[in-house]
Amino acid sequence: MNQMASHSPLQFKNRLYYSLVAIGGLIVLMGLYAAHMMEQHGHIITGMNNQIVWGAPHVFAIFLIIAASGVLNVSSIGSVFNKPAYKARAPLAGLLSIAMLAGGLTVLMLDLGRPERIIVAATNYNLTSVFAWNIVLYSGMFAAVVVYLWTMMEKRMNSWSKPAGFLVFIWRFVLTTGTGVIFSFLVARQAFGTAILPPMFIVISFAWGMAVFHIAQSSIYAWNTKSMDEYVQKRMRNLMGLFVLAALYFVATYHLTNLYFAKQTEFERFILITGGVYPLLFWVGYVLIGNLLPLLLIYHPAFGKSRSVIVASLLIILGGFSLLYVLIIGGQAFPLSIFPGFEASSSFGDGAIGLYHPSLPEILLGVGGVGISFLITAIGIRVLDFVPHEIPKSP
Amino acid sequence: MSDTNVQRRQFLKTSVGAAAVAIAPGMLLFDMAHGKSEAVSSKVRWGMLIDTANCADGCNDCVTACNKENGLSGGLSPTDSQWIRKVELKDMRSGREVSLPMMCQHCENPPCVDVCPTGSSFKRADGIVLVDKHLCIGCRYCMMACPYKARSFVHEPLHDQKPDVPRGKGTVESCTMCVHRVDKGQQPACAEACPNKSILFGNLNDPESEISKKIRTVASIQVRADLGLNTGIRYQGL
Repeated sequence: MNQMASHSPLQFKNRLYYSLVAIGGLIVLMGLYAAHMMEQHGHIITGMNNQIVWGAPHVFAIFLIIAASGVLNVSSIGSVFNKPAYKARAPLAGLLSIAMLAGGLTVLMLDLGRPERIIVAATNYNLTSVFAWNIVLYSGMFAAVVVYLWTMMEKRMNSWSKPAGFLVFIWRFVLTTGTGVIFSFLVARQAFGTAILPPMFIVISFAWGMAVFHIAQSSIYAWNTKSMDEYVQKRMRNLMGLFVLAALYFVATYHLTNLYFAKQTEFERFILITGGVYPLLFWVGYVLIGNLLPLLLIYHPAFGKSRSVIVASLLIILGGFSLLYVLIIGGQAFPLSIFPGFEASSSFGDGAIGLYHPSLPEILLGVGGVGISFLITAIGIRVLDFVPHEIPKSP
Repeated sequence: MSDTNVQRRQFLKTSVGAAAVAIAPGMLLFDMAHGKSEAVSSKVRWGMLIDTANCADGCNDCVTACNKENGLSGGLSPTDSQWIRKVELKDMRSGREVSLPMMCQHCENPPCVDVCPTGSSFKRADGIVLVDKHLCIGCRYCMMACPYKARSFVHEPLHDQKPDVPRGKGTVESCTMCVHRVDKGQQPACAEACPNKSILFGNLNDPESEISKKIRTVASIQVRADLGLNTGIRYQGL
């Protein structure tokens, strides 16, 4: 245990810890209850419909899955690129990855129309489906990260941590490619169906994963009243800034390319100007809150201290949710172009902007997924030694 | 022979007899239920040719017939199932107006079948694209992938289903081309109900069928032919 404080603060901390775990547990229970309601009444109690078929649960789930892959960047830099400061943090990154993957996948699974049939996804396997590939990729990711953690935490296995780290490094690239490809393979949707999405998801994962890592790390340091090495903090902070910029570049390229194609300009006008909540979330949520403010906090000489890095990380996460909301839900709200050159109208929403108002149960389900990630992390850190040790052990 | 042996034989005989009596009616019913099963073959490709010039603006008979045949509620909310819908089109340049029925286009290369993780979306040998309601886990990826917005998700518990048309809460569904009627040698309900005979149903693979002859003589198109899906539904006058 790393509780090195005197007795009474220790008692206080214990109580605080158990209350935090209890709150996390409560959030998870609420999510499970929401899923139960959705199964009982059907998706009619959500805001999703036949036009917006994927909603808030998917925003949460995909955020968690992307961040789960990106957070492993910290361990890759340690294991694959041999940076001792990052190597010391690799176990924590591994734990966060497993926690977020578990949270995200639980949400995806519980949002299914028939979650009780999830076993069918294993017994009946369609080789052409990227969803089916992802079932292998996601479960393989769990296994790979668990093995990687084992090689790092078990002294006898330490010599294997480099190959295990390399496996995880490769695997998460493939996994995030698989997540991006879910959308790339949608031939007829104007928001999707482009090969830029997988690399964009990979770069975005670096930024979001780093943001999650910063928050977890800062909380652990504050909890143990330890302070971070200033040099390491500066390196990690600047790296996060670089990732944010790179992600913004990809998002900008995606929209600029679309703007150049006459057949896509209507869609871009909708997402960037006329679409109501979507342009608002894009410009204010993603560009301003998710990029400009965090970059200011990271690079401006007046900021850049530990607290501004935490705020920047929180903003990056908020920006991430905004971007996914715009991409996933805005991408479906814009009508399919079934009859190019014609104005279409029908009883089934042809030619009309899809309406979507997320309901409480689906939001609770999504937040429940975050709760699962929090619980796994909090309990993991308590039970095993995930706290970064500033003086790295030689491999 | 000892008494025990005789008794044992007697017991075995009685058991076999009882088992036969128990199983026979089941076997008989199983045979009756399945009838003479003949596998569908790829020699047939079912398709439709829809004449938009004859399709009357405001006429909804195909939709009503579909709802009745398949036990759909006919509700029009965004969460209600609509297997076929009337789409009103207006050419953005010329202003010409067209009305047509839109449903699953029964593609030769259906994106819904490609993306389905469990293989629940499938294409029969005769070209009809269906959803196996026992395998569908309700992920809705097929709805994301369909270029024609042809699929609906069952958002609520269902009541009073038709025995020939299995449906299920939490699964995806779409036009089945009235496969249960087609297999009995009948026409899909929409084709039969159209007062102007605008929906011509038939075998695209048979050069002598009425639909094949007509496709050879009149101009018709596939919707979003640029996607290369080779739909089984064609439109005339669009």
